Amino acid sequence: MSVLLFTIIVLAGAFLAGLVGSLTGLGGGVIIIPLLTLVLGVDIHYAIGASIVSVIATSSGSAAAYVKEGITNIRIGMFLEIATTISAVIGAVITVYINPGYIAVIFGCILLFSAAMMVRKKVDHSDDRATGVLANFFKLNGSYPTADGTVKYGVHNVIGGFIMMFIAGIISGLLGIGSGALKVVAMDNIMRLPFKVSTTTSNFMMGVTAAASAIVYLHRGQIDPGIAMPVTLGVLTGATVGSKLLVKTNTDKLKIIFAVVVTFLALQMIYNGLSGKL
Amino acid sequence: MKQTGKHYFADKDIQVILGTLLRVGVIASMLIVFIGGLIYLSGYSREIIDYSVFNPSKTKYSSILAIFQGLSALDGKAIIQFGTLLLIFTPVTRVVFSIFGFLIERDYLYVLIGLFVLCVILISLSNKLVG
Repeated sequence: MSVLLFTIIVLAGAFLAGLVGSLTGLGGGVIIIPLLTLVLGVDIHYAIGASIVSVIATSSGSAAAYVKEGITNIRIGMFLEIATTISAVIGAVITVYINPGYIAVIFGCILLFSAAMMVRKKVDHSDDRATGVLANFFKLNGSYPTADGTVKYGVHNVIGGFIMMFIAGIISGLLGIGSGALKVVAMDNIMRLPFKVSTTTSNFMMGVTAAASAIVYLHRGQIDPGIAMPVTLGVLTGATVGSKLLVKTNTDKLKIIFAVVVTFLALQMIYNGLSGKL
Repeated sequence: MKQTGKHYFADKDIQVILGTLLRVGVIASMLIVFIGGLIYLSGYSREIIDYSVFNPSKTKYSSILAIFQGLSALDGKAIIQFGTLLLIFTPVTRVVFSIFGFLIERDYLYVLIGLFVLCVILISLSNKLVG
């Protein structure tokens, strides 16, 4: 394939991935990696390198908007980054020692999990009850502005959330994705943060987590400019357009369609991984 | 909860600065990647590429030093990699900035946490991790 054709296909695919990703809340990487590996025959290590760069771009791009609104809890973000940066580096270091087929299988499983998380009905567990010693010591409890005034919230099970973040970081470094679905489990379900706070804070953290593993990938030659260029430009423009559309679009139907697509891609990745095609 | 109130205003200022910093970093790096992409395409667009096998030695610009050397030659690929590097360092600058923010607030616990996160990222800069 010629460089020009490859660039155009990846640019278009990445734009769509960013667009649909921002409308459904799933990161662009989960579409980019199957596109590159299954459709264009790119080695999964290059796909991982390109994907992590797009994760940084979208995270920084959207965090910029959220941080100004004052919803992001910077202390929770910083505190949990201890776990995610260490584990992201570990993930990035071990990724080449693992058979590419196994990486594809793990990726497929994470895709299935992300699809399920996307369509599931969200239950807000947050409250402002008194919390444990750790949450107080690290000053994690906070408040955020809503239409009805400032709402306070308490942070629960800090250790559980921290461990879950460690796993999310390993997966992020291993697969070159933001692992947003796992971060939601840690923040919404375990630490019981309000949705808006957990989504924006996880977005805020993703850039730093991804940067830690991206440097390891760069040194290893996994970030190829010919792939990274159309992927980052495409995903970021797609995500920007998507966030503008988000206010006017009803995303429920879209989420279900997208979940079906992601499930199909997941099964394809798992099949190719197991049969040694990747 | 008294403490949260006291911190709120200082936190707010830092958040506005952080948001601007992230936005400027992303826009600047995207512009550089775009310009590098145009130069790269104008030179290589007809060439045939094959990414089917991962070959670590094939990517010329896999170290910061090599990227800067290629940059002085105005090579399209090196310019793209420089933009990518800038993108990677945008959230890192964000960490550095938050450390100063917490220093101003005299929140030394979070100064330490920030420094720790920064150290982990600096360790990832070491070539030895690649293996």
